[in-house]
Amino acid sequence: MNALTIIFYIMAVLMVVFSIMAVTSRKLLRAAIYLLFVLIGVAVFYLAVDYMFLAAVQVVVYMGGILVLIIFSILLTSHLGERLQVVKPTTMLFAAVLSLVSAGVVISVINGFTFITSTFEGDKLTVAHIGQQLLSYDQFGYVLPFEVISILLLAAMIAAIAIAKYKHQGKS
Amino acid sequence: MIENIPLSHILIFSTLIFFTGVYGFLTRKNMITMLISIELVLNAVNINFVAINKYMFPEQLEGHFFTLFIIGIAAAEAAVAIALFINLYRNIRSIDVDEVTEMKH
Amino acid sequence: MDSYQFTIWILILPFVAFLVTGVLNGKLSPTISAGISIAAIALVTALSYFTAISYFFLNSAESYEAIQAASVTWLRLTDTLIIDMGIIIDPISAMMLVVISTVSLMVHIYSTGYMKGEDGYARYFTFLSLFSFAMLGLVLATNLMQIYIFWELVGVSSFLLIGYYYKKPTAIAAAKKAFIVTRFADLGFLIGILLLSYYTGTFNFMEITNPEGALISNPIAGTFMGFSVMTWALVLIFIGGAGKSAMFPFHVWLPDAMEGPTPVSALIHAATMVVAGVYLVGRMFSVYALAAPEALEVVAFIGAFTSLFAAVIAIVQTDIKKVLAYSTISQLGYMMLALGISGYGAEAGLGFTASMFHLFTHAFFKALLFLGAGSIIHAVHSNEMKDMGNLRKHLPSTHLTFLIATLAIAGIPPLSGFFSKDEILAAAWQANKLYFAVEYLVAGLTAFYMFRLYFRVFWGQERKYDHIHESPASMTVPLWILAIGAVFAGFLPFSHLVTSDGQPFDTHFHWSIALASVGIALIGILSANALYRKESDKSAKIRASLGGLYVLVDNKFYMDEFYLFVTKKIIFRYITSSAAWFDKHIVDGLMNLIGNVTMAISVRSRNFQSGNVHQYAMVFLTGLLLIVMVYFYFNPN
Repeated sequence: MNALTIIFYIMAVLMVVFSIMAVTSRKLLRAAIYLLFVLIGVAVFYLAVDYMFLAAVQVVVYMGGILVLIIFSILLTSHLGERLQVVKPTTMLFAAVLSLVSAGVVISVINGFTFITSTFEGDKLTVAHIGQQLLSYDQFGYVLPFEVISILLLAAMIAAIAIAKYKHQGKS
Repeated sequence: MIENIPLSHILIFSTLIFFTGVYGFLTRKNMITMLISIELVLNAVNINFVAINKYMFPEQLEGHFFTLFIIGIAAAEAAVAIALFINLYRNIRSIDVDEVTEMKH
Repeated sequence: MDSYQFTIWILILPFVAFLVTGVLNGKLSPTISAGISIAAIALVTALSYFTAISYFFLNSAESYEAIQAASVTWLRLTDTLIIDMGIIIDPISAMMLVVISTVSLMVHIYSTGYMKGEDGYARYFTFLSLFSFAMLGLVLATNLMQIYIFWELVGVSSFLLIGYYYKKPTAIAAAKKAFIVTRFADLGFLIGILLLSYYTGTFNFMEITNPEGALISNPIAGTFMGFSVMTWALVLIFIGGAGKSAMFPFHVWLPDAMEGPTPVSALIHAATMVVAGVYLVGRMFSVYALAAPEALEVVAFIGAFTSLFAAVIAIVQTDIKKVLAYSTISQLGYMMLALGISGYGAEAGLGFTASMFHLFTHAFFKALLFLGAGSIIHAVHSNEMKDMGNLRKHLPSTHLTFLIATLAIAGIPPLSGFFSKDEILAAAWQANKLYFAVEYLVAGLTAFYMFRLYFRVFWGQERKYDHIHESPASMTVPLWILAIGAVFAGFLPFSHLVTSDGQPFDTHFHWSIALASVGIALIGILSANALYRKESDKSAKIRASLGGLYVLVDNKFYMDEFYLFVTKKIIFRYITSSAAWFDKHIVDGLMNLIGNVTMAISVRSRNFQSGNVHQYAMVFLTGLLLIVMVYFYFNPN
């Protein structure tokens, strides 16, 4: 039980708490900020498993892109301090029970399963290596998904512009 | 570096985040909070990918790359979703999921 | 045969006139619509005369063969069962062409005067064109299906024309009655066609009526209730003909059909459509005579009974058009009887020739009588004889032509009716003395009731008339033309032209029968003269002495009441009302049950499709959870 291990458990508990607060907060902007904390935690987890590049992407894309976008839209579409509507208490209770039971089922499955861990010790992962594998068309190359994703992003960009620029005719 | 944490603990932790996201999706009416819930779910999945990649198949990087792609897709999804929300808000002055009934009938 | 290819125009012209005036109704001025119709029918008349003259007189052959002038395959049901659309030219169709086109043209011209200023003047001419087309198509049909199609078209146009005054409830009721009664009879016709074509495998008249053909030389073997299938088929076909020709018991529609405009009565209900039944039997005559004599006996009996029955009713009618209507029924019965007692062959087929002859002459004088009646009604504005009297001073042309027609129908020589009636009586004398006696009596009755009509209208006391004047030339000219026909049509050598087998033969003039028939006609005329020429109470005394018998006849033997009783009291009350109950409660109930159950299910299941994202997600997740749990329950790791 070293320090890192303790830090991991503390962070894990914090992230779960923050995520619960993100989905239960009645203030929209706070929910976004709690999400930010969770995302930071995930980035730290990536660092802890030595995936530096992934951590960087998590910070840049998630925190720098998506979260900023979300906050941006919150500011555009709602008033600060507005309390959010929630569903009926019965629905909420049912959702909570459903989520807990599902989590219980999954956790019980995980606990009952024996994971065979590998002891392979590879080189330190470099960005150059990632870039080569991403664009390689060998057995473990990812050029096809890479291209598909790039087209998807292009399409999403055009779609986002088209939708946002669209002026509703008639009723306002 | 974190080898002395058992894999199952990481998976349990990601499961909890996952179902927190699901719970949020089921209970929130505001579309932006639903989007936040979905981001939580995606992050939980990413943690799983990375953890299993690191613990069980460190010689390959499949989980790593899948996580990359998921982040890319999440970005695309968030961009389109938020464009929709803004357009919706312009039209019906609300982004509550229950209010969007114009195409229902 | 190429030489008769032009006859196709006989059908095309009136149809085109119908389409043009019908589609452009309201766009064209009524005068132009009428002009188009008249031009078309005038051309048809010219073509018909040309056809008839070239067929009868410019034909070098010894006998008259049927010629298929045109034929187009319309429906090919099996290899032999083919429905064609074609044109047949044979003695009877050529004769009918002349009759129809002449009367139709006269009626068209007459109508321009008679219908002047009526609402729907253009519509009237449109329907006249449709009727002319249908009637010409009927007589030119080459096969049973084609004749059936035109048969129904004729029925429809008759319906439309009877109901011409569609704002008058009685006219609507009469139109419906005519249509329903004839349609009911046509059901028999259709079944007969199906029976015959089922057993023979053909619709074509040329094959069916060929005396050496398969049908006649090998009649259908099957029997049903003691009669051969052939007899049944032909009796059923005769029922169709009886409906159109207003034979008893289908006669009830014809007197009511007088609600239509009078020229229509002249065209449809005197000269053309009502003889369609006679024509149909004549068309199938070789089959009737050679393959199923029993069916001919039915025809003869119905014809004889109808002629007497209608003549008796005609005596007491007071509406001039009704008198003429019952007279028409009576004369049609004459024609049917003549067909029914005829044999097949030249000399033996005297009845056939006589029937067709009478059809021909009757068309002229009966159309003339109706048009004359129309002229009277036009002047007096009433149908009732009590509003008329001494009209010969006011309507000289109408009076003279009406007198000619009355003499013709009474059978006074040398007018046309004398010759044709004489031939029928001669044929009846040879065939069956009882029928002769009936027809002899009817001849006397005919003379009596026609002259009763004549004297009461044109003689007797002067009534009060407003602005009475003779009809315009457009009405009197057709009267005179038809009068010429009524006088001279009898001089045609019919036995040389229209015979049952196409072979000409010589008729002998039967002096004894001729004298006897003239004698009874004179008796009828004189007694009418005695009773009605001067207004007196003699007829009232006779009426009083007859008592109940008079009432019975005056009510037309209660035939209408009988039908009403059967339809309303029996069919409507007991059969249809129970069917309606079954329909309303069982059939509809079942349907309502299905509908209500569906509604109830949908009301409950509608919530599954609420469009609520949360609900969908919840259901999805619950289902997924259940599947996962079931999976791990059966596959514990």
